[in-house]
Amino acid sequence: MRRPLYRDDAVVLRVQKLGESDRIITLLTRRHGRVRAVARGVRRTMSRFGARLEPFGHVDLQLAGDPRTPGLHTVSQVEGIDLYGGSFLADYPRYTSASAIAETAERLTPVEQEPSLRLFLLTLGALRALSLGEHAPTLVLDAYLLRAMGIAGWAPALRECAVCGTPGRHGAFSVPAGGSVCPDCRPPGAAHPAPDTVELMAALAGGDWTVADSSATGVRRECSGLVAAHLQWHLERALRSLPLVDRA
Amino acid sequence: MYEGAIQDLIDELGRLPGVGPKSAQRIAFHVLSADPADVNRLATALRKVKDLVRFCTTCYNVAESEQCRICRDARRSDEVLCVVEEPKDVVAIERTGEFRGRYHVLGGAINPLEGVGPDNLRIRELMARLGAGVTKELILATDPNTEGEATATYLALMVKPMGIQVTRLASGLPVGGDLEYADEITLGRAFEGRRAI
Repeated sequence: MRRPLYRDDAVVLRVQKLGESDRIITLLTRRHGRVRAVARGVRRTMSRFGARLEPFGHVDLQLAGDPRTPGLHTVSQVEGIDLYGGSFLADYPRYTSASAIAETAERLTPVEQEPSLRLFLLTLGALRALSLGEHAPTLVLDAYLLRAMGIAGWAPALRECAVCGTPGRHGAFSVPAGGSVCPDCRPPGAAHPAPDTVELMAALAGGDWTVADSSATGVRRECSGLVAAHLQWHLERALRSLPLVDRA
Repeated sequence: MYEGAIQDLIDELGRLPGVGPKSAQRIAFHVLSADPADVNRLATALRKVKDLVRFCTTCYNVAESEQCRICRDARRSDEVLCVVEEPKDVVAIERTGEFRGRYHVLGGAINPLEGVGPDNLRIRELMARLGAGVTKELILATDPNTEGEATATYLALMVKPMGIQVTRLASGLPVGGDLEYADEITLGRAFEGRRAI
């Protein structure tokens, strides 16, 4: 029986080898959420898909399969919209940051075929920002992680106490509590980041790039640590790509 | 489900990559009906591959002794070193008959999504080989995909300060293809690498 065809645009999150010359492509699509599809013969040098199905590309696809049922679909046709992967290849820090973005997007869409337009647009925006190179790759990555957690409903509290809701900046930060905590609610083991670190996290979450770009290296490092800890606490599993992000 | 030895063979064959349950069953029945001498030869070959084959201590290609055939060959140049991902890439390059230098097999490519970083590859061993000061040119022949390109970028960053010439295999349009089907990255590379004729 001939499988129905459907069309969507998507970001390529991951590719895995399959058999002699095929690959399984994990895509975050605009209208159909996360989709896994087989690209037949893509590893052959004469493949009609070429480099269009390499990770991090924004592509326009025709897929064979029922768009309402999860499972392995088949890539029928593909056109590149913006193949961001090409611009990351000569820049190792950008490549590792893009890998962490792709892995996060995959982990935040645990159910296949469940549309997540906001996450799709955020992922696309982050990859575009990385390719433009206007901001440090790790800042783009941390901004993406903070906003992706916001979409997932895990945004850390930065301008109020995560426990009692008392507004204002608080000196302590507790990952299990959900962000900044006031002195009355501070649980044992809470971190005490520099005030500039929480400021940077708020700037990245809110898109204030003037503050973010002018931040010091030490502050960025502390911010990355807190963001990673917060994300991995909620995901309940470590991201494999995060320790490999080149923060040089 | 079959009984005893035949089912054991189907189960074992079914664990091989690319062999499904039907294929495993077909191969098992082929073995059952084959000449005993042929089956013994297959069994010996399987045992020998595990007993004799190891990694070359110099380049990490597959070998049957301490060093592989290429590392033992005194006629090959020590000044040019070609870095590949897997032993099968050595075979592919050897088939061209164009390269007369030495190889270094990394054992994969950097792939953060699979948790494979520089420390999981034989990059430390490569740096030790280059540190001997014999190599004048390092050819990066990792796969022309995202992971292979990122690995090449990382190696170039590490090796260039050592004063060794670092080159990358050319990429562009495949011979026999149509221009209209070329993707943007491949076509862009082909334009970058165009040459006078």
